[in-house]
Amino acid sequence: MSKSYRDGLPISPENFVDQLMRLKRGSIGRRDFLGLTGLGIATAVMAREIGIMPTPAFAAESLGDRMSIATWPNYHDPQTFENFKKDTGVAVEVNVFGSNEEMLAKLQAGASGWSLFVPTNYTISTYKKLGIIEPLEMAKLSNFDGTQEDPRFTSEGTIDKVIYAVPKNWGTTGFAVNTKKLTKPMTSWKEFWDTAMAEGDGRTMVHDYQLTTIGNALKYYGYSFNSLKQDELAKAEELLLKVKPHLFAVSSDYQPGMRAGDAWMTMCWTNDGAQLHRDIPEIAYVLGKEGGEIWTDFYAIPKDAPNKPAGYALLNYLMNPQVAVKEHLANGAPSTDARVNKLLPKEVLDNPILYPAADLLTPLEFGAAATLTDPGRAELMARFKSA
Amino acid sequence: MSAGIGADSMHGNRFRHNFLTALLLAPATVWLVVFLVLPFIAIAVFSVGERAPEGGYQAAFTLAQYANLPARATAFWNTMVLAPVGALACLIVAYPVAYYLALQVPQRWRLILLALVVIPFWTSLLMRTYAWMYILGGRGIPALLAFVGIEDVRLINTPGAVLLGIVYGYLPLMILPIYVSLERLDRRLLEASADLGATPLSTFLGVTLKLSLPGVMTGFSLVMILLLGEYLIPTLLGGGKVFFIGNALVDLFLQSRNWPFGSAIAITLVLVSVVVLIVANRISNRVAGARRVDLI
Repeated sequence: MSKSYRDGLPISPENFVDQLMRLKRGSIGRRDFLGLTGLGIATAVMAREIGIMPTPAFAAESLGDRMSIATWPNYHDPQTFENFKKDTGVAVEVNVFGSNEEMLAKLQAGASGWSLFVPTNYTISTYKKLGIIEPLEMAKLSNFDGTQEDPRFTSEGTIDKVIYAVPKNWGTTGFAVNTKKLTKPMTSWKEFWDTAMAEGDGRTMVHDYQLTTIGNALKYYGYSFNSLKQDELAKAEELLLKVKPHLFAVSSDYQPGMRAGDAWMTMCWTNDGAQLHRDIPEIAYVLGKEGGEIWTDFYAIPKDAPNKPAGYALLNYLMNPQVAVKEHLANGAPSTDARVNKLLPKEVLDNPILYPAADLLTPLEFGAAATLTDPGRAELMARFKSA
Repeated sequence: MSAGIGADSMHGNRFRHNFLTALLLAPATVWLVVFLVLPFIAIAVFSVGERAPEGGYQAAFTLAQYANLPARATAFWNTMVLAPVGALACLIVAYPVAYYLALQVPQRWRLILLALVVIPFWTSLLMRTYAWMYILGGRGIPALLAFVGIEDVRLINTPGAVLLGIVYGYLPLMILPIYVSLERLDRRLLEASADLGATPLSTFLGVTLKLSLPGVMTGFSLVMILLLGEYLIPTLLGGGKVFFIGNALVDLFLQSRNWPFGSAIAITLVLVSVVVLIVANRISNRVAGARRVDLI
């Protein structure tokens, strides 16, 4: 029974609204529900009445009446796309993905149909190497202001002084703990893994994602999050195999388990941590003091984009600080753009989940490009999952 | 066409008949070639290739991917256990339902009840499995049990939850073929059996069950073949802790992008499925005796 034939199809407006409301409630994580099945392409048409409304003149270049974007679940303010359609007549189809690997797989296979997508920092050099993305025509992005971007988060979009991608937002990978169930304060990945085999037995979740699950197991021993060294990976594997029987789940869709109280502790991305803490105050978000991942998601335009003019128009629209601020309020991830930070309310800027103290940020590492394509890590993950 | 033209007309008729047959078969043939044969050839070619450095496929001629199959031995083994056990569990639940529908329910209710069996298929299996996640999760059945004093029951992410999901998901596929074979059952045979002194149990085993075996085997192989590729239910209801060959395939194509190794596994899985079908067909023919039923 194939589930894949529906993947590329738009879902009905009713289904879309249902799904949207569920996503809004935050019941689904960044690597969302189709994502976790490995298929990962829940496609939603924002507006079906394409062609009914007249297309207003927007620019000299024709934008057409529809485009599609590949992004992460729960990552945009849906109103953004509706406003964009009102302004330009272009309906935006949103494809929701489960992992960078899946996005890359789809783009490698060709004819993705996207005119804009949201890759994470460590994948951009690979996209460039494979000729999947082109340098951005910055003249078409008047709303982008490179001087206002924090270079710590934006450097990987620029390769050899050429801009291939511009940042959307940044974040960290830590873990979320239900402090009512696990009362002992935790500050490190070592405690995360040890607790998983003790008080957190049968209540702990790790990502179904090689980068973070292997990376954070490496941190147990103080190795680099990105290590490709045989002996270090062997130690991480030993730990993962030891922890496996104690886990509640290997899944990147951890919000439902945490919310229902089935899971007490999980690996977690910033935006999910912020949402969980907002709704259930006893769920805390912890950054391992040994380090771990820091990431930036970018916007890029595929070389074979079917509607480049609309892709640029939407990207430029999203770079408008007034628009971007709503995006950040919706998805809960911190901004790289100083102009946006000025517009964000104080309680957001003071939220330590979004903006952790500098000493916690220092040891964090950006994911390395090599982990994306390394067969050794992929096989390790397969052995862990099949153990 | 007039009758007086003789041999020529006979020839013309035959030609026309053949032409019509070909025409009628053409859509199915084109469909099979485009959507079955061509992809299969592509997969076969991929399976002797190499993984490109950045993932994907790069041309080569090597059997290395097949030599590497033991790397997914656990996944194969898990699947080989899940498929028959899941199909058997499905059968145990489905048979009484099919029996009831075919032999006990009055004619006027039958259609409605059959429709009720099929209606869940109108909703995506993904959505229905997600619903089970919430039913089995901490705020579902365990919360109800806690309310009546039974604390700390854990259902989600257990092997039992996976089995439940499988039985739920594939039940209609098992019920319908068994129903069809039971519905055709000549009831006079049951009376004859009773007249000849058989107990209800031996009538059931010797007549009813035996005559419905073709349906049982059809349902069993159908469910089992689908379970060989199952990955969704174990992922969602098993918490991704048990890794089936379907999960291995998804990861190889979408995560590590090792298309050649994934293709080698896919080819192996197809061969295994064919073997399962042939064996099921043999067993079915043998048990059903003279009643010959071709599954493939």
